[in-house]
Amino acid sequence: MAKKQVSIGNEFVKGLWDQNPVLRALLGLCPVLAVTTSAVNGLGMGLATTFVLVCASLIISLARKLIPAQVRIASFIVVIATFVTIVDLTMKAKFPALSKSLGAFIPLIVVNCLILGRQEAFASKNNPFRSLVDALGMGAGFAATLTVLGGIRELLGNRTVFGVQILPDVWEPWIVMILPAGAFLTLGLMLGAANLISRRRERIAVRMARAAALNERTV
Amino acid sequence: MELFGIFIAAAVINNFVLIQFLGICPFVGVSGKLSSAVSMGMAVTFVMTMASMVTFLIQHYILIPAGIGFLQTVAFILVIASLVQFVEMVIKKVSTGLYRALGIFLPLITTNCAIMGLCLFAVMKDYSFIQTLIFAIGAGAGFTLALVLMAGIREELELADVPETLQGAGITMIVAGILALGFMGFAGMKF
Repeated sequence: MAKKQVSIGNEFVKGLWDQNPVLRALLGLCPVLAVTTSAVNGLGMGLATTFVLVCASLIISLARKLIPAQVRIASFIVVIATFVTIVDLTMKAKFPALSKSLGAFIPLIVVNCLILGRQEAFASKNNPFRSLVDALGMGAGFAATLTVLGGIRELLGNRTVFGVQILPDVWEPWIVMILPAGAFLTLGLMLGAANLISRRRERIAVRMARAAALNERTV
Repeated sequence: MELFGIFIAAAVINNFVLIQFLGICPFVGVSGKLSSAVSMGMAVTFVMTMASMVTFLIQHYILIPAGIGFLQTVAFILVIASLVQFVEMVIKKVSTGLYRALGIFLPLITTNCAIMGLCLFAVMKDYSFIQTLIFAIGAGAGFTLALVLMAGIREELELADVPETLQGAGITMIVAGILALGFMGFAGMKF
């Protein structure tokens, strides 16, 4: 990389918030909406996607000099599809219940634009270690968002989080939260909240910079 | 009658976008203008129909007889990717008008999970060739319907006073949620 290096720590942290794949970049929304009927499903999908993303990033950044530019998309897809098949078969064997509730969305990880996007934007241009860290950060951000979204929907729609009852029986479950409409509504509000928070942080950063400038002048 | 049932089920009862959450990326990305929504819907329906036929033949005449069902994911995605490329080249050669209408949307379709999802569902449900074909056309019609509805609403939304933080994707999701509530009304229909 000719540009100035970003520290390894930042490479990881940016996936969690600043470039969060779901809340900021709107990538890979289909599984986000479809499987988050409970926190467990959200976490399971998040981890499966992270596994594929990390393995694929590692392989592709190792092979980045061997892949001709003309056929790179096809090569990426083959690598990704291989790991998706591994995840699919492993989950069917080890976690049949989770695999059943995620259904077709496990093989569909292959068309998750988040994964292909990271290969194209990052792994094909950076060394294996940085790509690994980037993939871990992006995967963690993705998994965290899915778990939170699944948790909110499960809490309001079923009174539980991770199967543990949180809200008292008096609470009338909001069935709509478990239904498809609830996914859209919750994600819409989460996007709004994320916007609100990042805007506030920007404002604080501007104020801090101004204060620092003032300090310098007075000193 | 059974085929009609498959068509209606794919188009509205299990609408690909609003009930099954497949193809959300183009749904958010391309639903800003009515005209591009129609073009995208047409392109997706076209590729869906082609892809479902080809993957049906691959599944039943190559993967199953050879006992290599575990290669399904790899085989399907490669077929879809090359099919999209091929379709793009043919359309470019045969009809410039159609190419201009669909042109920029075609490459985007490769990673559209609605196509891959459709092929996987058709295999899972064990449809015959004709059923697969009708299923694909129905799913495409449903996708187009959702996209056109959304584009129409978003054109109106430009004039509305949306809270600043929800502008863009946020309000789109909430509108989609309300549309999905509406589509739930079809859920009880039986054929």
